[in-house]
Amino acid sequence: MRKLAINRILITSLLLFSLASAAGAEAKTPEVETIVKRANLAAYYAGKDGRATVKMTITDAQKRVREREFTILRRDQEDGGRQQFYVYFKQPSDVKGMVFMVHKFIDKDDDRWLYLPALDLVKRIAASDKRTSFVGSDYFYEDVSGRGLDEDEHQLIETTETCYVVENRPKDPKSVEFQSYTVWIDKKTFLPLKAEYLDPEGQLYRRVEALKIEEIEGYPTVVESRVDNLTGGGFTISRFSHIDFDINLKEDLFTERYLRRPPREAKR
Amino acid sequence: MKQTIRLLLQLFLTIALPGLAAGAAETTFSADLPALFTGQFNKKLEEAGLDYRGFVDLRGGRRLRQPLAEESTSMAESRLQLELNGDFAGLLGKIKGDLFADAVDDHSGAELREAFFLASPLEFADLKVGRQIMTWGTGDLLFINDLFPKDWKAFFIGRDDEYLKAPADAARLSLFFAQANLDFVYMPRFNPSSYIDGHRLSYWFPGTQTIVGRNHILRDDERSRWFDDDEIALRLYRNWGGTEVALYFYDGYWKTPEGMLEDGRVYYPGLQTFGASLRTSLEGGLAHLEVGHYDSKEDRHGDNPLVRNSEWRLLIGYEHEVAPDLTAGLQYYLEYMEDYDNYRHSLPPQTEKRDQYRHLLTLRLTQLLLSQNLKLSLFAYYSPSDQDAHLRPQISYKLTDNWLLVGGANLFSGESEATFFGQFEENSNAYAGLRYNF
Repeated sequence: MRKLAINRILITSLLLFSLASAAGAEAKTPEVETIVKRANLAAYYAGKDGRATVKMTITDAQKRVREREFTILRRDQEDGGRQQFYVYFKQPSDVKGMVFMVHKFIDKDDDRWLYLPALDLVKRIAASDKRTSFVGSDYFYEDVSGRGLDEDEHQLIETTETCYVVENRPKDPKSVEFQSYTVWIDKKTFLPLKAEYLDPEGQLYRRVEALKIEEIEGYPTVVESRVDNLTGGGFTISRFSHIDFDINLKEDLFTERYLRRPPREAKR
Repeated sequence: MKQTIRLLLQLFLTIALPGLAAGAAETTFSADLPALFTGQFNKKLEEAGLDYRGFVDLRGGRRLRQPLAEESTSMAESRLQLELNGDFAGLLGKIKGDLFADAVDDHSGAELREAFFLASPLEFADLKVGRQIMTWGTGDLLFINDLFPKDWKAFFIGRDDEYLKAPADAARLSLFFAQANLDFVYMPRFNPSSYIDGHRLSYWFPGTQTIVGRNHILRDDERSRWFDDDEIALRLYRNWGGTEVALYFYDGYWKTPEGMLEDGRVYYPGLQTFGASLRTSLEGGLAHLEVGHYDSKEDRHGDNPLVRNSEWRLLIGYEHEVAPDLTAGLQYYLEYMEDYDNYRHSLPPQTEKRDQYRHLLTLRLTQLLLSQNLKLSLFAYYSPSDQDAHLRPQISYKLTDNWLLVGGANLFSGESEATFFGQFEENSNAYAGLRYNF
């Protein structure tokens, strides 16, 4: 009886202590590696899976507008690690019904497929430079599926009232078009709010920013974002709707079977 | 011919003009659609589980040489394609068809390209029944184990790539298991490929050992008996951590008429094939390997000069993005004829002989420019053994999300008139087209 009481006191004090230390850590600035890791999880790994309808408006320097609409399904195989993406195109009409599928890896090149319904062709796409345009927009593939944390050196250069400001320099400068980029990460939600890219001459030439954030099913979520190509003069705005998390997407949805037979979740 | 041209222009203008007018006023894609298809109408369709798409396409092409036996216009046509997709509680349906007016053939009509239902009777099974387009295998514009019908005429005169694949009437059962997946396709009536018969494109006729065209249109002995002239195609495949492996089997007939009857008509001799393929990422690019054996069932010893011999076919390819938005692909392809001595001895003297080994190289270069709206591409076939080549340069530009402008050429060249691409030298052509997608 007595032993039990002592144990209870011990456990309670241990709990209190650990809570206190957690609170202490919260007040202190976390390590930069922790910040970028949490930002990566907040931006690309909310829930264990999710879906969204994306409307992209691409405006070029001559103010000509093009639109893209697609549904994106995502499934995490491990938090911060491997993921699967299924992108079903709805507009423009010449790409309607096409599917772009990605098996994303951390330690090797992604596997990518494109399904062309008119030919019933499951085309494998050569793992390419991830810093090329996604569907002709100002977004890069990497903006959509995330950039590997190990590819850059991270440095916390400033802590403002609301943000951690992290500067990122590529470990292999030849593999990318930028010299460095700086990300403003929200202290509370850890969502990246803005990223600015400098070219090798140190000039600002590209900006990605979150325009609107909402809490959806408990996850702070970017529902509107914008990319500016500051040298070319064009910009792209993405609007996300019909967002859902934790919808129990099956692993086999990300296989050849469902390229030929788009699932309900994609067409809605 | 004049009347058909008028008809096809009318067809094009009726459908495309409202879109053009709307497109000039507004730049968003929804406003770019003809009024009939927007707003309420779309919503009602969506509620019913339906959606549609389509295009109007106007295309013309001219020969670059003046052949003796053909018209100088290689293509002058207008097409309206409509596609309707339905999803009725998991039962998928699709109907897709073309209305066309063709001034070269002086003919207009309708063509049903797809009409099928796709159901999942079991959790691990899909069944697709009806007219459908099917593609498998790893080759890029080279096909070993894909014995589904092709339209080579459409391919060589410059119609859109989608017309290379012709529809087949089939039942396709797909089974999905953890270890592997199986496709079983039954086609109750033979679906031949559309081949070069002299009607629009001229060809080498072994009977006369000359190039012929409209003066000698090939007639074939159709295989059109239901359930007698049937075809079976099988594929067993799986994805092993990014390496895709497949085994194939086909039992049916040569897809182009590789046999000749005593009366001068051609026919489709029996064919059975098996093969395998592998596709994987390699050194930042993609590699593929495919092999197949063609068992020409009516000429197993190769001593019948009127039927094509059995063959082995091999394909190795590699594709890589060499610069941002510039992709290069290289393939090596081999056809090896079995029983070559029997073939050689069976031929009458003074006739052109095929080689035992036909080597073929292909190169594909694709460059995307101007935010991927401008596409420059080249596909080249070159055979060092046949000494012939086929080049397919193409430029396409997306004027808006709806309007597409395309231009290209099909160039053929060869040392001999009797080789596969060499025989088409007089058919070299250039084409241009305008398409409105809705």
